[in-house]
Amino acid sequence: MSAVDHSHAHGGQLPAEPENATLEGRNKILGFWLFLGGETVLFGTLFATFLALRGQVLDGPTEAHLYKLVTVALATFILLTSSMTSVLAIQAMHRHDTKGIQLWLGITVALGFAFLGLEVYEFFEYIHEGHVFTGSAYSSAFYTLVGFHGAHVLFGVIWISMIMAQISKKGLTVVTAPKVYVAALYWHFVDLVWVFIFTVVYLMGKVG
Amino acid sequence: MAHAHPVKRYRGIMDWLTTVDHKKIGILYLIAGGFFFLIGGLEAILIRIQLIAPEMNFLPAHTFNELLTMHGTTMIFFAAMPLIFAFMNAVLPLQIGARDVAFPFVNALGFWLFFFGGLMLNISWLIGAVPDAGWTAYVPLSGPDYGSGGVNFYVMGLQIAGIGTLIGGINFLVTVINMRAPGMTYMRMPLFTWASFITSALILFAFPAITVGLVLLMFDRLFGANFFDPAMGGNVVLWQHLFWIFGHPEVYILILPAFGIISEVVSTFSSKRLFGYSSMVFATILIGFLGFMVWAHHMFTTGLGPVANSLFAIATMLIAVPTGIKIFNWIFTLWGGHIRFSTANLFAVSFIPTFVMGGVTGVMLAVAPANFQFHDTYFVVAHFHYVIVGGLVLGLFSGVFYWWPKMFGRVLDEKLGKWFFWLFFVGFHLTFFIQHFLGLQGMPRRVFTYLGGQGWDTGNFVSTVGALLMGVGTIVFLVNIVITSRKPQDAPADPWDGRTLEWTIPSPPPEYNFKQTPLVRGLDAFWVEKVDGRKEMTPAEPVGSIHMPSGSILPIIMSIGLFIGGFGFMYANNPFDNTIISFLFENYIIAIGGVGITLFCMYLRSVNDDPGFHIEPEDQVEKGAKL
Repeated sequence: MSAVDHSHAHGGQLPAEPENATLEGRNKILGFWLFLGGETVLFGTLFATFLALRGQVLDGPTEAHLYKLVTVALATFILLTSSMTSVLAIQAMHRHDTKGIQLWLGITVALGFAFLGLEVYEFFEYIHEGHVFTGSAYSSAFYTLVGFHGAHVLFGVIWISMIMAQISKKGLTVVTAPKVYVAALYWHFVDLVWVFIFTVVYLMGKVG
Repeated sequence: MAHAHPVKRYRGIMDWLTTVDHKKIGILYLIAGGFFFLIGGLEAILIRIQLIAPEMNFLPAHTFNELLTMHGTTMIFFAAMPLIFAFMNAVLPLQIGARDVAFPFVNALGFWLFFFGGLMLNISWLIGAVPDAGWTAYVPLSGPDYGSGGVNFYVMGLQIAGIGTLIGGINFLVTVINMRAPGMTYMRMPLFTWASFITSALILFAFPAITVGLVLLMFDRLFGANFFDPAMGGNVVLWQHLFWIFGHPEVYILILPAFGIISEVVSTFSSKRLFGYSSMVFATILIGFLGFMVWAHHMFTTGLGPVANSLFAIATMLIAVPTGIKIFNWIFTLWGGHIRFSTANLFAVSFIPTFVMGGVTGVMLAVAPANFQFHDTYFVVAHFHYVIVGGLVLGLFSGVFYWWPKMFGRVLDEKLGKWFFWLFFVGFHLTFFIQHFLGLQGMPRRVFTYLGGQGWDTGNFVSTVGALLMGVGTIVFLVNIVITSRKPQDAPADPWDGRTLEWTIPSPPPEYNFKQTPLVRGLDAFWVEKVDGRKEMTPAEPVGSIHMPSGSILPIIMSIGLFIGGFGFMYANNPFDNTIISFLFENYIIAIGGVGITLFCMYLRSVNDDPGFHIEPEDQVEKGAKL
C-alpha cells in the first residue's frame, strides 16, 4: 500500500484530487463520513429529546415570546454562506491554489465566529428574560440541543484555523489535503444541523 | 529504500503502552476484558452466595445493590465488549488479508479509552461511592434526588469507554470496506468478519444514543438540568427510551460476533464449507437491521399502549426468523461432516441448543400480555443469561480456544480445556435453568433476600451451587493459561486444518502479518488452495519493503486526560477539607485541565505527521516476531 503513497508525500506531481491520492486519505474521508453518521444519531437523539420536552416551559417565557426571528435568520444566513465558502476552499484545493484555500477557509472561520457571536448575544438576551438552563425541562433541552451545535461550531472554527496554520507551514500535500476535505465535510454537517435547528426549534416554536 | 526515517522503536512495557499493532491491541483487550470478566464473575458469586438461602445476612442490602449494578455494568461494557474487540483486533485484519487496520492510532486510542473508563467505574469501590441503581440506571432512582454519588462513576466511566467503542467501530468499518486483499470480495469474507462488520455498524448507530442519554443524566446530576425531573416538566420514560434505543442494538452488538465465531469453528471442525453462506450473511444483516426496531419490548409495562406494544411484539418475534436460519445452517454444516470435538468445537456445538433455549424464552417475553407476568422476575434473568452466557460467553470461549494459538503461538491444553468446558457448561445450566421456574413462581429480580417457605429455597440453592461450579471451571481455565504459557512457543501456523487466511501465516504472525498480500480465489480462501494441492496462498505482489506506522504514547495520555477530566466534573461540587483542592475542583480547573490534555494531544497528533518506518525484505523473517 505504502511504497506508492510514500513517494507522493515527498514532492513530485500533486494529483488532481490530492485528498483521494493515498489509501490513508481515502480511509480518513470514509471514516469521517461514518463518524458523521454517528453524529447524525447524536443530534437526532437531542432533537427527539427537545421535541418531547418543548412544551414543558412551566412559568418560564414561552417559545413564541422568546425567539427573535431576525437574529436567528441572520445567523442562518451567515452559517449557510460559510458552507458555500468552504466549498470554494475545496475547489481552490482541486486547482492546487493554496492562497485560494487560505482565503476561503479564512472567510469560513470569520463567518463561524460571527455566528458564534450572535449565538452568545442571543443566549445572554434569553437569560436576561428568565430563560435559564435550570429553569424547566424545556429550557434544559433547548440549551443542550442548541449548545451542542454551538460547541460543534466552536470546535470547527478552532480546527479549521489550525488546518490553515498547517497549510501555510507544510503547503498542500497528499497528507494535508484530506484534512482540509474532512474539515469541510464537518462544516457542512454542522450547517445542516443548523438548518434543522432553525426549522424545528425556531420556526416551529414561533408557529406552534 | 531511498528515504529511511529514523524511528524510535520501544521495547518492553513501553512497547505495550505505545503499540498501534492490532495484534498487540487485541491481546491488551483480551487481558483487560478478561480481568474485568473475573471481577464481574466474583461479583456474581457474591450475589449468589447471598441468595443461597432465605434471609441470609452475608451481605447488607446496600452492598447487594452495588454488586448487582456493578456485575451487570462490568460484564456488558467492560468484559463482553472488550473481549469481542479482542477477537476483532486479533483476527479480522488477518481474515481479510490486511497488514493492519485502517486507523492504527485510533485503534490504540479506543483501547485506552475503554480501559480508563473501566478503571474509573471500578475505582468507585475504593472510593466507597459505588453505582447502585442497576445497570440500566433508570431515573429517578439514578437521578440527583435518589441516586448515590456512585452513579457519577457509572455516567463518566461509560461515557469515556463509549467514545472508545464508537471510534473502534468506525475503525473496523473502514478496515473492512477499504483494506481487503485482492480478490476478497464482500461475499468471500469469512463469517466472523461479516459479523464484526455488521456489529461495527450497529455500534456506530447505537452508541450515540447512550452518549446523549448519559450527557442528559450527567447534566441533571451535576448541573441542575431537568430532563428527568417530573416536577420541572421532565420525563422519566425518556431515559428508558434513550437507554433501550441503544440497549437493544447493544444486545446484537454482543451476540453477532459470537454467531461469527461459531460459524468459523463449526465449519472448521466439521471440515465442511459453512452451509448456506449467503443466507448466513443475509440473516446477519437482517438481525442487525431489526435490532433497531424492537427497543420498546423492554418497556411493555411502561404503558405505551396496546398499539405500540403489538408492533414492538411483532417486530421482536420477526427476529426469530433470521436467527432460526442461522441455527439450521449450523446444524446442516455439522450434518455429515467429519466432526472433531476439540474444546473449541465443544463450546461451539453446545452453544447451539443453549442459545435456542434463550431464543425461545425471548419469543415468550415478546408476547406483550404474557410479558406483564414475566416482567421483573427471575424468568427475565434466566432468559438474558441464556443468551449472554449461553450465547455470547460460550462463543467467546470457543474463540479463545480456537484463536489462542494464532494470538500467542501456543495451543491451549485440550484436556484441561475439556474439564473447563464441562464444569462451566454444567454449572451454567445448573445456575440458570432453574431460574426460569423461580421466575414463574413469582420470585422478583434484584431483591437482596427473600422469605423461606415460598417454594424458592431449593431453586436458589441449586442456582448458587451452579454458580460456584462455573467459578471452579474458570479457575481450571486460568490454570490452563498458566501451564500453556510455560510451554515453548511452537504452535504450527495451521493447527486446526483451517479454511481462512489467518491460518496461512505463522503463529503468532509477524508484525506486518503478510509478507506478500495474498490473492484470494474464493470463499474459504486457504481451503481453496488446499483443495488445489497447494500449501500456501498465491501472492498478489512481489516481496518488497513494507511500510509500518510508528507507535505512540499519545493514546494513553489522551485517555488519562479524559479520566482526570471525569473526576474533575464529578467532584466539582464536593466539599474538600483542603482549600487548594477545593478551589481547583470548584472552578472546574481539574475538569477543564483534563479535557485540555486530551485536546492538546489531538493537536500534537494533527501537526506531527507520522512518517512510520519500513521493514526491508531482508528483515522479514518467516517466523513471526516473538511476543
